[in-house]
Amino acid sequence: MTSSGELAIGGSSDIVLVRQRVRAAALEVGLSLVDQTKIVTAASELARNALVYAGGGRVRIEIVRNGVRMGLRLAFGDDGPGIPDIEQALVDGWTTGTGLGLGLGGSRRLVDEFDLRSAPGEGTLITVTKWTR
Amino acid sequence: MDRVPVLKLGDVLIVSIQVDLQDQGVLALQEDLADAVVATGARGVIIDITAVEIVDSFIGRMLATIASISRMLDAETVVVGMRPAVAITLVELGLSLGGVRTALNLEKGVALLNSSEDTQIAAAAR
Repeated sequence: MTSSGELAIGGSSDIVLVRQRVRAAALEVGLSLVDQTKIVTAASELARNALVYAGGGRVRIEIVRNGVRMGLRLAFGDDGPGIPDIEQALVDGWTTGTGLGLGLGGSRRLVDEFDLRSAPGEGTLITVTKWTR
Repeated sequence: MDRVPVLKLGDVLIVSIQVDLQDQGVLALQEDLADAVVATGARGVIIDITAVEIVDSFIGRMLATIASISRMLDAETVVVGMRPAVAITLVELGLSLGGVRTALNLEKGVALLNSSEDTQIAAAAR
């Protein structure tokens, strides 16, 4: 069985679905309980961001391998307005919405690798990876 | 949509979150609790998150908001049963849940509410 695949994020019920699928994949990869919790929490933040700031998007869930280490890679993509100032968007407490402004910066702290690509009008692609220890 | 039942035990309202709540369910709980505090005149609210596998910033903010609303309605809120992995993740996420009192389990949560109520009664009697 593999938990890899792509999921659409179109409504808040999809955020719950993303959490469940990421949890299943994290278990399959063999992440520790704390690391499972961290990656699922990051996934929840990033899925909600895609929904709130871009009106929806998608996530690709992928199990990856680097030598003997297994990892879980999540790629959140959307076709929203994009992020004009990425540095600013990563600052804790900074938000253009009504949230706490912890989603991006907080998610980055919860994962091992964090890659954000975005430009105004070109959507956003955020790829995060968590490796087994 | 899943709705979380609000139970009343003496002066305390108890909710135990047992399902992975959608955002609307989280907001509904906030309103249900505020209504229940006023309707019952409860002095304390206990939110049991023993079964909650993750607390993201949205749920965390809801917990803090419930605590603020309850305080305004003269009730104290205690969050009980947080899993260790959830606590570690929340701190790393940058969410300190300021203003939310916590206890390790339901029993300790009830004891905490009882002790703070004694304090209030003692202060009023002086």
